Amino acid sequence: MPGAVKADQTLDCKGLLCPLPVIRTKQAIDKMTVGQVLEMISTDPGSVADMAAWSRRTGHELLEHRTENGLFQFFIRKTK
Amino acid sequence: MSATLDKSLNDLIEAKVKELLDQRVETLVEEKLKKEKESRRKRLAIAVVSKGTIETAYAALILSTTAAALDMEAGVYFSFFGLNILKKGNQDSLKVVPLGNPAMPVNMPNIVSVLPGMTALATMMMKREIKKKKIASIPELMQIAIESNVKLWPCQMAMDMFNLKKEDLMDGLPDPVGAATFLEYAAEADITLFI
Repeated sequence: MPGAVKADQTLDCKGLLCPLPVIRTKQAIDKMTVGQVLEMISTDPGSVADMAAWSRRTGHELLEHRTENGLFQFFIRKTK
Repeated sequence: MSATLDKSLNDLIEAKVKELLDQRVETLVEEKLKKEKESRRKRLAIAVVSKGTIETAYAALILSTTAAALDMEAGVYFSFFGLNILKKGNQDSLKVVPLGNPAMPVNMPNIVSVLPGMTALATMMMKREIKKKKIASIPELMQIAIESNVKLWPCQMAMDMFNLKKEDLMDGLPDPVGAATFLEYAAEADITLFI
């Protein structure tokens, strides 16, 4: 159900290009505690595939991804 | 009669025990292999050799910082003109060379790009685009690389060739090393690139 996920922290990556959305996400996740959810918003169309790859590689769970009016919104749960 | 029964019962028990043991061993081996695979981080090794241009620096730094963000280890080896990228205060003055580059957005014949000032002009235009589009700058990526423990090795032989000392290079770098050190690292790498 969209909108069901609640974020503990929001990271604004609007206007940033590769590789910054992924790198900023990693930096933000590193500072959070296990179980917390990070919301990341970007305008980089490449970040859709990149965030999925990042999640598979690092094991942090990509809970939800939405696209709205050129904005890409990701919810990631820190798993370790 | 009862001896035959005992024997077939024994055989049955033996077969069952063997089956269970086999299963158990298989599970344990699988678990151990999985653990070993997980405990070893993936590794990226990049050798930047021939060029000290802005696009070379971007390729090496974007890939190595992203590798670190993906929980991989990353090491980059800077030799020959690539060493230029690590020189102190040089990170913001790397250049793009239009001469002999047929893929420049504003294409000019080589007879024009050979003129004095053309490299500076092309570099200025590229840096303006980089800033306008909010693309990470080389100093910014360099900072991220150092903070995320990407190893940026200067090549010792290239340092000697260009008369450079450690203090001529930017801060936060590991000590200069030779080919063997990089190759030992690269031998254990999952991805190796030459840029």
